[in-house]
Amino acid sequence: MAEPVLEARGLTKVYTMGEVEVRALAGVDFFLYPAELVVLLGASGSGKSTLLNVLGGLDTPTTGRVTYRDHVLSEADEGELTRYRREHVGFVFQFYNLVPSLTARENVQLVTDIAEDPMRAEDALALVGLGDRVDHFPAQLSGGEQQRVAIARAIAKRPDVLLCDEPTGALDCATGQLVLSVLAKVNEELGTTTAVITHNVPIAAMADRVVVLSNGLVKSDTRNEARRRPEDISW
Amino acid sequence: MVISALTRKLFRDIVQMRGQFLTIALVVACGVGAYISTVGTFRAIDRAKDRFYEEHRFADVWAPLERAPRSIRGRIEAVDGVHTVETRIVTHATLPMPGLPEPASATVVSVPASGEPALGTLFVREGRLPDPTRPREVVVSEPFAKAHGLRAGRSRIKAVIEGELLELDVVGLALSPEHVFTLSAAIMMPDDRRYGVLWMSEPALAAASRMEGAFNDVALRLQPGASPEAVVHELDRMLVPWGGRGAYARKDQPSHRAVEGELAQLQGFSTAIPVIFLGVAAFLLNVVLSRVVELQRRTIAVLRALGYRGAEVALHFLELVVIVVLVGAAIGVPIGWWVGDQWTRMYQPYFRFPAFAFELDARTIGTAVAASLAASLVGALRVVRAVSRLAPAEAMSPPAPPVFGSTLAERVGVLRLMSASARMVARETLRRPARLLLSSFGIALAMAVVIVGSFQFDAIDGLMDMQFGMMMREDLSITLRRPVTANELSAMRTLPGVRRAEGSRTVGVRFRAGSHTRTGALTGQMPDADLRRVVEWPGRFVPLDREGIAVSRKLAEVLELSVGDTVDVEALEGAHPRKPLRIVRLVDDLGGLAAYAPLETVAAFMDETPVVSSIYLSVDPKDELALDARLRAMRNVAGVGKRADLIDAFRTQTAESMALFTRIITAFAAVIAIGIVYNNARVALSTRAHELASLRVLGFTRGEVSAILLGELALQVALAIPVGFPLGKFFAVAMMSTVDPEQYRFPLVVSTATYAFSASVVVVAAVVSALIVRRRVDHLDLIGVLKTRE
Repeated sequence: MAEPVLEARGLTKVYTMGEVEVRALAGVDFFLYPAELVVLLGASGSGKSTLLNVLGGLDTPTTGRVTYRDHVLSEADEGELTRYRREHVGFVFQFYNLVPSLTARENVQLVTDIAEDPMRAEDALALVGLGDRVDHFPAQLSGGEQQRVAIARAIAKRPDVLLCDEPTGALDCATGQLVLSVLAKVNEELGTTTAVITHNVPIAAMADRVVVLSNGLVKSDTRNEARRRPEDISW
Repeated sequence: MVISALTRKLFRDIVQMRGQFLTIALVVACGVGAYISTVGTFRAIDRAKDRFYEEHRFADVWAPLERAPRSIRGRIEAVDGVHTVETRIVTHATLPMPGLPEPASATVVSVPASGEPALGTLFVREGRLPDPTRPREVVVSEPFAKAHGLRAGRSRIKAVIEGELLELDVVGLALSPEHVFTLSAAIMMPDDRRYGVLWMSEPALAAASRMEGAFNDVALRLQPGASPEAVVHELDRMLVPWGGRGAYARKDQPSHRAVEGELAQLQGFSTAIPVIFLGVAAFLLNVVLSRVVELQRRTIAVLRALGYRGAEVALHFLELVVIVVLVGAAIGVPIGWWVGDQWTRMYQPYFRFPAFAFELDARTIGTAVAASLAASLVGALRVVRAVSRLAPAEAMSPPAPPVFGSTLAERVGVLRLMSASARMVARETLRRPARLLLSSFGIALAMAVVIVGSFQFDAIDGLMDMQFGMMMREDLSITLRRPVTANELSAMRTLPGVRRAEGSRTVGVRFRAGSHTRTGALTGQMPDADLRRVVEWPGRFVPLDREGIAVSRKLAEVLELSVGDTVDVEALEGAHPRKPLRIVRLVDDLGGLAAYAPLETVAAFMDETPVVSSIYLSVDPKDELALDARLRAMRNVAGVGKRADLIDAFRTQTAESMALFTRIITAFAAVIAIGIVYNNARVALSTRAHELASLRVLGFTRGEVSAILLGELALQVALAIPVGFPLGKFFAVAMMSTVDPEQYRFPLVVSTATYAFSASVVVVAAVVSALIVRRRVDHLDLIGVLKTRE
């Protein structure tokens, strides 16, 4: 097997809220290999978002070690983490998080402006099937379209890792399918290592590998025999 | 050039917040405008003054006297520290002018036969200097000439000098550095129609005033580093035999003193007013920016997650501040230019410089913009630092609901007595007491600015009442060349139309106590005086006592004396008697450094029989004109003043100059008030739209919802008003402190009307702002707001 792109060992994350200590991660080992699509399953509070935040360089673990290729993220300072996000990671959020005052094209340009070898914003949008909606503002787009803009924004920099936090969480089933098929297409065509968080069990069928989290621990890590096309999945 | 997506976001944000953006930019514009106009006006006067003084050799010391032979000139030149000496003849003239019911008065100054005087040379605007071989030639001060349409080489005027009527050819129009501020002694106001300066060739004026071979005025320039005080002292000593009337240095030269006083006031303005505006702008930027950041928390988090550096995001918000300031400056510079130009024009009738125009240079603009930027960045700094430190993961989660319930009012339980909506207002404001207090303070500042712009009217009213209602009650006042006895005064009463005549004796004196010396006047009053009496603020007649003198409280202060002490008084005329006089009372008079005593006391001090140097008449209106003409024809009459003219001149001059100032200041203050109230309202609306829409969904009416939002604003204004009053008074005191108290002591009165006006300006500004925001509350998108909570 190839070397993992992202590697996490013994991760813990403890939030202190007043007098209460919340243990979001209780010792997680996790690996992401090149070009694979992994689905992270888990109920609310299982620690999956925290894990994704740590892997994406948005947050640092309380203890444990995270490495991206030969970079040790768990010891990186804020500047290094920013550079890591800027150069290697693409994010897709549950609530799209588009900048409302920018058009679809301009939202993608936010990334292409600062990336080293980005694709054209129009091409990224075409890739997610929005080639004809480039000049629309978020308010003029449906939820699914907004999420596809968010995906275009995430992949425009040709990231090594694409991290998606409940990308279909705010969408109905049909729209969700469309968004997932875009993610699968990006993974297949660009070879982008992709991790998708969801609490939606059927979605696991589209993955190469499924990791289940519970109470801040990895409960299982299984490989699918075959990936199913998102169009064939319903929930 | 490719515009980055972030820059586009910046411009769209600005367009979306245009109302807030514009109001802040306007506050900045007022600050920039106030700075540019005051500094530019200051520089205009200062440079014009320096240039004029330098090019036309303004003297350092002057000494008026009765009459001295020209032969003593060498002795004056020998005084230690003296560099250049210019002796001349200065006298008075009355000028019967067509178009004026009573003659104008003028000061007549000699010009040496050789041509240019060594000091105080004339700036000849039109024509030429008088030809010494033609005794009937005269140069007229330009403002007076303009007021009467006189032209060099074409006009002829009549002048009565020493009782003799002369017909003079106007050969030139000129300005002099000694008469930049041409105050008529009688009215203490510039009055170009009734007062002017004439220059005649020395032989001609000597003949007309019987001063051949003599002079009665000397101007000196000192050697570098010489002490003017020492020279003044020496001159006083030396000139006693020739009727020296008290030498004075440049700082006491009336025209120069007026110019300097105005400059000091402008300098005060040019600091204080911009500081207020920039402080408010910084505060507004802080409030608005922190709300913008709050609203854009998610966007900031996304940018950070996408890989933007903290500094890049911070810079993005700083750019917003910079653009606000630049737009403010772009509006403020032309406003400042216009106001400064108007202001300078307002000064033009007061200050007569050859060239005197508002100047705006790049440095002034640069300073204004840099100061605005600095103030605004200070206001934004805390917010922007917080932005750059916002951890991206933390920002992805919605902000935690604010903690309520720990305030004192809550614990005491006062809030339980209120309605639910009143409770919302109360909790929201109590939770952010600093913001409430700062907002209220800002509104109070706006009120204070209005008071500063208007209170001078109140002082003027009080001044007029006292000056013309109690102190000067005559119809005509006559200044005599030489004092007359009581008998001669009685003769005045027999003139047709005279109802009452009384007189007073005024002597120029020097007061000394310890190391302090001041020049002022000692006035002797007749015991039964009714037309002219000593009056003190706020309108009390001062009884005089034969045992001593009553002195201006300010004089006692500077001499460090009090009632019961004696002061060393030296007369600056006659035989210059010098005697100790006892202070029996302090007088709260409004200007100058003066001493008052009964006529006999002054006569005893001067070693003379009681005489009067000024006469005051109450006359029958129908005889007034004839009487005026008759008086002016008298040889011993130096000038006749008319009370009605004084009142008119006073009213028009002050009204004209102050109305513009007041209007501008009031507009500026309204901008502050609107800036604060509108921005607070918009910010409150934007952060609470969800909450307010929820209330609407629950069945609250638009009015009820607006009340919750606007209640906070009403509270801010209500708290501001009681603070604004004393703050305004404080500013007024600070402004008056730039006026030389030895010259003027304007009573500091702020009338109820002014207070009410200042309060109404902010209330109107608040209501207008509230109405605009209210319209937005009415149009809250209920479903939209509830659906998209990001």
